Amino acid sequence: MAHAEGQQHPVAHAGGQQRPVAHAQGQQHPIGIYLKIWGLLFILSTASYLVDYFHFQGYLRWFLIIVFMLLKAGLIVAIFMHMLWERLALVYVIVVPPVLLMVLLGIGALEADYTFFTRGVFFVKGLL
Amino acid sequence: MTQPVLTSAGESLPLPEGLPGIVADLSSDQRAFKNVPWGKAMMWIFLLSDTFIFSSFLISYMTVRMSTTEPWPNPSEVFALTLFGQKIPLILIAIMTFILISSSGTMAMAVKFGYEKNKKMTFILLLITAALGATFVGMQAFEWTKLIEDGVRPWGNPMGAAQFGSAFFMITGFHGTHVSIGVIFLIIVAIKVLRGDLDHQRPGFLTGRKGNYEIVETMGLYWHFVDLVWVFIFALFYLW
Repeated sequence: MAHAEGQQHPVAHAGGQQRPVAHAQGQQHPIGIYLKIWGLLFILSTASYLVDYFHFQGYLRWFLIIVFMLLKAGLIVAIFMHMLWERLALVYVIVVPPVLLMVLLGIGALEADYTFFTRGVFFVKGLL
Repeated sequence: MTQPVLTSAGESLPLPEGLPGIVADLSSDQRAFKNVPWGKAMMWIFLLSDTFIFSSFLISYMTVRMSTTEPWPNPSEVFALTLFGQKIPLILIAIMTFILISSSGTMAMAVKFGYEKNKKMTFILLLITAALGATFVGMQAFEWTKLIEDGVRPWGNPMGAAQFGSAFFMITGFHGTHVSIGVIFLIIVAIKVLRGDLDHQRPGFLTGRKGNYEIVETMGLYWHFVDLVWVFIFALFYLW
């Protein structure tokens, strides 16, 4: 049973995508790329820690935190999890649904604002 | 299931790329995800469902944090640590972040050496990954202990908004559980690699499927996901 499982499809090189080591099986990339991304992730983490350390506030803090967060997430998914080299069908199936979460995020934020507003009006004197 | 009969009908047709490729793949016979073993595709789909679970936590955390009229405890001070007579803000969390990122790096290299069938390096790197993961869990246990001693409870704390405790224990607890499960599976995969189970295609303990080095990559996907979740927790819970 399941004899052919795990064997690579014979068309692993279709489309002339970059495949540094041309073996038919699995995701093979030179070690250097992992070390470079590792270094980048260290730099980005240090940067986001320094945002807190130097007490940046307001929109600047938010902007920096979100940018560093998204860069780190992108690097991990693209390189460490090999999404950069997968076929688009898999990439879209995995990456598109989280967009729905953005909608949930927006609804949550709106609802939270509304709750905060009503609490301010009814429970906390002098908040608004 | 029987083996497909290999005929000399010529080479398989080239797969289209881009948007036509997505349509062709998803509407094709037998398997939608070309070029990936089904174990890997299934791991991705599991991770997608896990993304939704963690997102629900983070979104509800955001909602309570934005809507509470009590002041939220300042994470920069709550998670500060006194080292060498100096109070450094958030230092424990920063160290935990670096440890988890390092474990992701070693995991990525373990996958690479696995596909090269370099048993020794794969085993060593998997063990280092597991050790770093265990260190992370240990530091998290230390952090929990410290907070519980400070009087933080899921229903309240002396520093401010009561929701701080519930959000903290729920989110980091769920993440810590994921890390712990990951460490256990890393050790299992490491032993499989060392014993040569994957070289000799021995079936696993729970499955009749033949062992191969793709399970190292599948394991890697899970581990990177744990790191990925931490990136979001670090930014949204600790740095907010």
